[in-house]
Amino acid sequence: MPEEPEFVQLLTPEGERVEHPSFAFDGDDEMIASMYRDLVLTRRIDTEATALQRQGELGIWASLLGQEAAQIGSARALRPQDFAFPTYREHGVAWCKGIDPVALLSLFRGVDQGSWNPLETNFGLYTIVIGAQTLHATGYAMGVQRDGAVGTGDDDRDTAVVAYFGDGATSQGDVNEAFIWASVFNAPVVFFCQNNQWAISEPIDRQTRIPLYQRASGFGFPGLRVDGNDVLACHAVTKAATQRAREGSGPTLIEAFTYRMGAHTTSDDPTRYRLSGDLERWKLKDPLARVHAYLTRHAGLAEDFFADIEAESDVLAHRIREGCVAMADPHVLGIFDKVYAEQTEELAAQQAGYAAYLDTFETQTGAHA
Amino acid sequence: MSTITLAKALNDGLRASMEGDAKVVVMGEDVGKLGGVFRVTDGLQKDFGEDRVIDTPLSESGIVGTAVGLAMRDYRPVCEIQFDGFVYPAYDQIVSQVAKLHFRSGGRLPMPIVIRIPFGGGIGAVEHHSESPEAQFAHTAGLKVVACSNAADAYWMIQQAIACDDPVVFLEPKRRYWEKANLDREAAPAPLLSSKVVRDGTDVTVLAYGPMVKTCLESAIAAAEGGTSIEVIDLRTLSPLDLEPVYASVRRTGRVVVVHEAVVNLGIGAEVAARITEQCFYALEAPVLRVGGFDTPYPPSRIEEEYLPDLDRVLDAVDRSLAY
Repeated sequence: MPEEPEFVQLLTPEGERVEHPSFAFDGDDEMIASMYRDLVLTRRIDTEATALQRQGELGIWASLLGQEAAQIGSARALRPQDFAFPTYREHGVAWCKGIDPVALLSLFRGVDQGSWNPLETNFGLYTIVIGAQTLHATGYAMGVQRDGAVGTGDDDRDTAVVAYFGDGATSQGDVNEAFIWASVFNAPVVFFCQNNQWAISEPIDRQTRIPLYQRASGFGFPGLRVDGNDVLACHAVTKAATQRAREGSGPTLIEAFTYRMGAHTTSDDPTRYRLSGDLERWKLKDPLARVHAYLTRHAGLAEDFFADIEAESDVLAHRIREGCVAMADPHVLGIFDKVYAEQTEELAAQQAGYAAYLDTFETQTGAHA
Repeated sequence: MSTITLAKALNDGLRASMEGDAKVVVMGEDVGKLGGVFRVTDGLQKDFGEDRVIDTPLSESGIVGTAVGLAMRDYRPVCEIQFDGFVYPAYDQIVSQVAKLHFRSGGRLPMPIVIRIPFGGGIGAVEHHSESPEAQFAHTAGLKVVACSNAADAYWMIQQAIACDDPVVFLEPKRRYWEKANLDREAAPAPLLSSKVVRDGTDVTVLAYGPMVKTCLESAIAAAEGGTSIEVIDLRTLSPLDLEPVYASVRRTGRVVVVHEAVVNLGIGAEVAARITEQCFYALEAPVLRVGGFDTPYPPSRIEEEYLPDLDRVLDAVDRSLAY
């Protein structure tokens, strides 16, 4: 592997704060402590969901293990009006956007295809077709421009849009088209790429010959690489990039350099394609451990702070489990209801026909009973 | 009442929608200064500005993908795909995103997007400029697919499509863009998702949409000289289909020919034939016959007139139907 370029880092893996010439974390220790809580709870959501999949309660789960800092750091930099367009792995962003973790599970359990209201939460539906959401984000940002919600100087009005995607998505045409559109229209969008080094089994060198953030310059906007396991740095760079977008200065590409510590999904087996030694090395850069170390050594937080969060995460895990197993299967006749905003007579007839067909079984069952 | 070309009728319809709703935006390649390669958007950018009539990058997936985001921000995008053969780069966004988002979101994300596609052949164009992809969209749940055949319908249908809260693939018969018809702007239009009997007849029912409607009307005139009375129905909406007027006609005539430029195999005609068989089985005097494209790519333009269904091929099918 060639030597990796420098990235923005404000908290070392050992938990030491470091200076950067261009970026600084503008929060206090209290905020770091609250972000630590987010990190722990997000990891717990993930652990519990993985367990639920193993026990047959979810069909599949896409773990964010290792990417907590990239997601919490970036999402905590967003203002309420900022809109985030996720992939299917942005459980930490969802958490920061106020999505109930139970609501995340319904898609993976197979009872619906997205249970939150994107327009109320400013958090898009999970998007499984790789990279498609980057165009949606760019179009939404163009709408923001047309609504005059950029560059007014009103912090509650000016709006940034964040498109989340991964290293694999950078090979998609849609992502490259989104870069072009955002650039030529100067759209208020931040492209937040979590480079977790793996697209299922394919390593990053199958997607690119240059560091991903450097691609931005070819499209005409700034790009930078941040330590994706450093929640402070991810917060600082996202805050700067979203501010830049809100001011009307256009898009930014952020490459959060991180590592997918788990499998691609619960259906995947990474032992077939990567060395366990890599995982061990990345464990030394764990996004939670360094914040724990900082808060213990430098912020003077005592053990009861951490114990409280552990207790809270136990309660959360219990609630997620209860909520998951309580999710009822939808009724099959419901599939006809939301195909269209204005249902067609054709579809209504299909629905009625299928309902009548189902009724014959109920009648027969009744007759036999 | 005025006489107007189909292209100008679309232009007037777009203008009326844009005047009526500030959230309507037109986007596509060359739709602004140039007014579109067929001039359908002529003058709109001058009157409504660059924010509402957007000259886009040459990026069809980008046109449709950003329209999704605009729709989420409450806009009603009208996307122009410059030619039928260029829609495929946007196919993923249309099928996986535009068509499904209302369903996936449990109805929280309506997608009031119109995707205009000039379709069909007959203009002597090079490859990828003469295709008929309608069945691919009609096969996709969540989309509505309509095709106008004349200027009067075009004027109303484009406005109705824009007003519709569902995504509409709007097919424009490019070789009929310059044909004129009377347009009565005071008349109440037919509903968007309705078919229409455009010529009464008693012997054979001929179904068509888009550019083939005119061909079929000409066939009916020719057949009348030989004593055969053809009823012509313009399907207008391909998804959903509106076949009650068709069934009523078939129950009188007992004979049906479906005509389209698109390949016959698994085309709109196949679905229409199946439904007619289900609904009018005992009324049929002959199998439903189809006239359309062969299982070949669209041919080079010097022989396209031989490839395209024309008056003779329609009448040949009518004769075969009558011979049963």
